[in-house]
Amino acid sequence: MTTNAAAHHPMTRRAALAAGLGAAALAGPSIRPSFAQGAPIKVGVLHSLSGTMAISETALRDTVLMMVEWINARGGLLGRRVEAVVVDPASNWPLFAEKARELLQVAKVDVVFGCWTSVSRKSVLPVFEELNGLLFYPVQYEGEEQSRNVFYTGAAPNQQAIPAVEYLMSADGGEAKRIALLGTDYVYPRTTNRILRAFLSSKGIADADIMEEYTPFGHSDWQGIVSRVKRFAGEGKKAAIVSTINGDANVPFYRELGNQGIKAEDIPSVAFSVGEEELAGIDTKPLVGHLAAWNYFMSVQSPANDEFKKMWSAYIKNPRRVTNDPMEATYTGFRMWTQAVAKAGTTAVDPVREAMYGQKVDAPCGYAEEMHRNHHLSKPVMIGEVQADGQFNIVWKTPAAIPAENWSPFIPENANRRRG
Amino acid sequence: MGNLIRAVLVLLALALPAAAQGQDAFDAALAGLAGNFNQQAEAVERLGALGDPRAVPVLRALADGRLLKRPDGGGVVQPSEPAPPGAEPVRVNNRVRVALRGALGRLQLVSPDPGERLAAAEAVFRSRDAANAPLLEAALARESVPRIRAQMELSLAASRLVADDGEAKRAAVFALGATASTDARALLLEARAADPGLSAEIEAAVAAIDRRLALRRAAETLFQGLSLGSVLLLAALGLAVTFGVMGVINMAHGEMVMLGAYTAVVVQEALRGVPALLPWSLPLSVPAAFLVTALVGAAIERGLIRHLYGRPLETLLMTFGVGMILQQAVRTLFGAQNRDVTSPAWMQGTLTLPGGVAVTQNRLWIIVFGLAVLLAVVAAIRLTRFGLEMRAVVQNRRIAATMGIRTGRVDALTFAFGSGVAGMAGVALSQIDNVSPNLGTGYIIDSFMVVVFGGVGSLAGTLVGAMTLGVVNKVLEPWAGAVLAKVAVLVALMLFIQRRPRGLFALRGRAADA
Repeated sequence: MTTNAAAHHPMTRRAALAAGLGAAALAGPSIRPSFAQGAPIKVGVLHSLSGTMAISETALRDTVLMMVEWINARGGLLGRRVEAVVVDPASNWPLFAEKARELLQVAKVDVVFGCWTSVSRKSVLPVFEELNGLLFYPVQYEGEEQSRNVFYTGAAPNQQAIPAVEYLMSADGGEAKRIALLGTDYVYPRTTNRILRAFLSSKGIADADIMEEYTPFGHSDWQGIVSRVKRFAGEGKKAAIVSTINGDANVPFYRELGNQGIKAEDIPSVAFSVGEEELAGIDTKPLVGHLAAWNYFMSVQSPANDEFKKMWSAYIKNPRRVTNDPMEATYTGFRMWTQAVAKAGTTAVDPVREAMYGQKVDAPCGYAEEMHRNHHLSKPVMIGEVQADGQFNIVWKTPAAIPAENWSPFIPENANRRRG
Repeated sequence: MGNLIRAVLVLLALALPAAAQGQDAFDAALAGLAGNFNQQAEAVERLGALGDPRAVPVLRALADGRLLKRPDGGGVVQPSEPAPPGAEPVRVNNRVRVALRGALGRLQLVSPDPGERLAAAEAVFRSRDAANAPLLEAALARESVPRIRAQMELSLAASRLVADDGEAKRAAVFALGATASTDARALLLEARAADPGLSAEIEAAVAAIDRRLALRRAAETLFQGLSLGSVLLLAALGLAVTFGVMGVINMAHGEMVMLGAYTAVVVQEALRGVPALLPWSLPLSVPAAFLVTALVGAAIERGLIRHLYGRPLETLLMTFGVGMILQQAVRTLFGAQNRDVTSPAWMQGTLTLPGGVAVTQNRLWIIVFGLAVLLAVVAAIRLTRFGLEMRAVVQNRRIAATMGIRTGRVDALTFAFGSGVAGMAGVALSQIDNVSPNLGTGYIIDSFMVVVFGGVGSLAGTLVGAMTLGVVNKVLEPWAGAVLAKVAVLVALMLFIQRRPRGLFALRGRAADA
C-alpha cells in the first residue's frame, strides 16, 4: 500500500516514509500480545559453546537464534511465539546425551538443532530414538546412518567426498594418481576414508598409491606428516591430499604446508571440514589454490544467498563474521521445519516427520533443496579454491542438486540394503 | 625522390604484415585470458611460446590476481591501462597456475635480474617440456652465475629427459642422478613409466639419489624432533619453576601460556596504528607477555595459593578451577574464535642449510628462543640475588627466614617468575598453534610429563627430558603414526617412572628430602 502511494505521488515519499516508520513503531510493541494464545513453541539448541569444537559450533548457535528471531518477526508459528532453549554440551561427547535428555524431558522442546562431530551425533542418537524427539543435524558426515528421529541437512559422502576426489583426478584438478588421506582420528574420517579407498580402487588406484594417516583432535605438530606427504609425492606420479582434518588442527596444518613450500600447483589438497569460518584464523596467502568441497560457499551468487548474508550481518552486527556451509544447512533445515509444522498444523513429532518429506526450500546455495524419505536433502556439490581474502572461488559445481546416498555403495556390507 | 618514396612504401608494405601478425597473435592470445579455464591455460601457453616481452607484466598480474577483466566482455585490461569501472579480477585455477609458472619461466630465462633467472630456471625444471631445451641452451650460453648455471643445467636435463633423443636422454639421466633432489627423483620415475627402455640406468640413478637423501632425511627427522623438544621445553620451563622448584601442582600453568599468547594478539592489535613497529610486534610481545602473566601469577599466589601450602590436593583443585575461570574469562573477552598472530616475514618459509637439509624458519626460531629462555632462567636462578634467595627458601625455609629473607615475598616472586616464563612460551606457541582459549589445555599434560621425566627440580633434566621426548616421538611417528607414537611414548614413560620415580636427573642430598 505504502509503495503504491509513493509511486503515484512522488512528492509524498517523505510522508510515506514517516507513515512506514510510525507503523513499524506501533507494530513493535504490538507483536507480543498477538502471541497470547497458546504456550510458546520451544526450539532446543545443542551446540558446543566451549571446548575444542566451540570454534565451529558457536556460529551455528547464532544461526538458530537468528532464525528464531526471523520466525517471530513474521508472526511466529501456528500463531504461537517460538522460543530458543540453549544448552552447552562443551565438546564433551557423553555430555551431549545428558543435555539432549534434559532438553527433551525437562525443557520439553519440540525440536532440537544441534551436533557437529559424528561422535556427538552417535552419542545423542539413542536418546532421540527412545524419547521420540526430532533432531536436525546440519553437517556433512560419513553416512551409514538413517534414523527416523533425525533429519540430516548436511551432505552424505556422495554429495561431497566422492565428487571432490573425482575432481582431483580430472584434468582440471591436476590428474592426481596418488592420494594422501589425512584425517583426525574418529568415526567420520575413518569411515569416509574407507569409502574413498574402495572408490579409488574401483578407479584403478593401487593400495601402494594411497597413504592414510590419522592424528588426535587438536594436533599441532604437522612437520613429520607434511614432509612424508612431500616424499609420497616424489614417486613420479602426481599426488594430492584429501583432508578430513577437523576443528582447529587445520590451522597449524595449513601453516606447515605454507612453510614447507607445498604449492597447490604441485600437491593440491581438498578439505571436507574447512570453511570460511576456519580460514578466518589464518593468513591464506600461501594457501591460494588449495581446495575445499562443500555444498555452499559464501561466494555463491544467488538471490537467496544475498538474503541469507544480509540477514546474518544484520543479526550478528559484525562485518567480519562470515557464513559457511553448516550455517546454510541450519538455515535451510530451520525453514523446512517451519514449513512442515505449518503444513502439519502441530509440532508433534510424528505428523511433522510425515510433513517434512517432500518439503522444498530455495536454499542460499542457489538450488531448490528437497527433503527425501531417506531423511537426507538433495544438494549440489561445489569445489572452491582458497583465495587470498579467505573466501572461496568456485571452480566446479554440479549442474543440479543430487540426492543423497547415505548408504554408500562402496561399503560391501551395504550390498543388500534397501536404498532411497 | 619518387623512387625513394616508392621504395619506402614497398618496404612498409612488406614489414607491416609481419608486425601486424605479431600484434594479432599477441592480442588473440591475450583475449583468451578472459575465457574459461581451458581457454586461459591455452592462452597462457601461447603467450609463453610467443616470447613477446610484453606478456611478462600481463602474466605476472594474472598470477598475482591483479589482472582485470573488462565488464563488457571485451577481454582483459593490460596492467598499464587504467582500470575501467566495474572491472573484476580474472580468476584462475590450478591448471592455469601450472601453465603460468611454465610460461613465466620461459619468458624470464634471460631476465636481467639474477633472482628472476633462478626462479625461471626452477619453474622450467618443473614444467618438464621438451620445447624448453633450446631456450635453456641459449640462456646457458650467456649465464655466468654458477648457482643459476647449475639450476639451468638441471632444468636442461629435465627437458631432455622428455625429448625423443635417446643419447641426450641417457646423459640427462646421469645428470639428474648426480643430485640429491626429490624432484629429480620424481622426474626420473616418471620417465621410467613413460619409456621402459632406460629403466636400468634410471633405477641406478634413483638408488644413488636415495642414498644421498637417506642421510638428509635423518638430519631432518632430528631437526623435527629437536623442534618438538623445544616446544615441550618452552611449555615446561615455567612449570619447572612453579612445580619443580616450589612444589606447587599448578594446573593453571597452561592458562598462563594461553594468556601469553593472547598478550601477543593484543600487542599486535595495538601496533596496527604504528606500521613501522608492526614487524617487531612479536619480539615486543615477549617482555609484555612476561609482565602480564607474572602479574597474574603473583596475584594468584598472594590471593590463593599461599593459603594452601602443604596441601597439594587442595592446591591441585584450586589451580584447576582458576584455570577454568581464566579460560572462560578470555573466551568472554576475546570470543571463542581463534585469533591470528601474523608471522613476521623472517619467520616464514624454509631455510636450506648446507648439505640440502631444509628446515622451516619458524621452527628454527623457536628452537633458538627455547634455548635462550632456558639460559635466562638458569642465569636468573644461579646469578641473581633473587635466585639465591629462592634456592635458600627451597632448601630450608626456616633457616632462610632466620637469615632475614622474606620468604612470603620470595614465594610470590618465584611463582610470578614461573608464570612469566610460561607467558613467554605462549608468545612462541602462537606461531605454531592456535591462539584459542583452550590453547593451554593441550600443553599441561606434556609439561608435567617433561618435568617428571627430567627430574623434579632440575632444569638440566627438563632440557634433556624435553629433547628426548621430542626426538623419540618424531622417530617413532613414521612407523607408528601420530596417535600411536604418542601412546608409545606415554607407555614408555610410565615404565621409566616405575623404575626411576625421581626422573632422569634426581636431586640428591637434603634438597631432595625437603
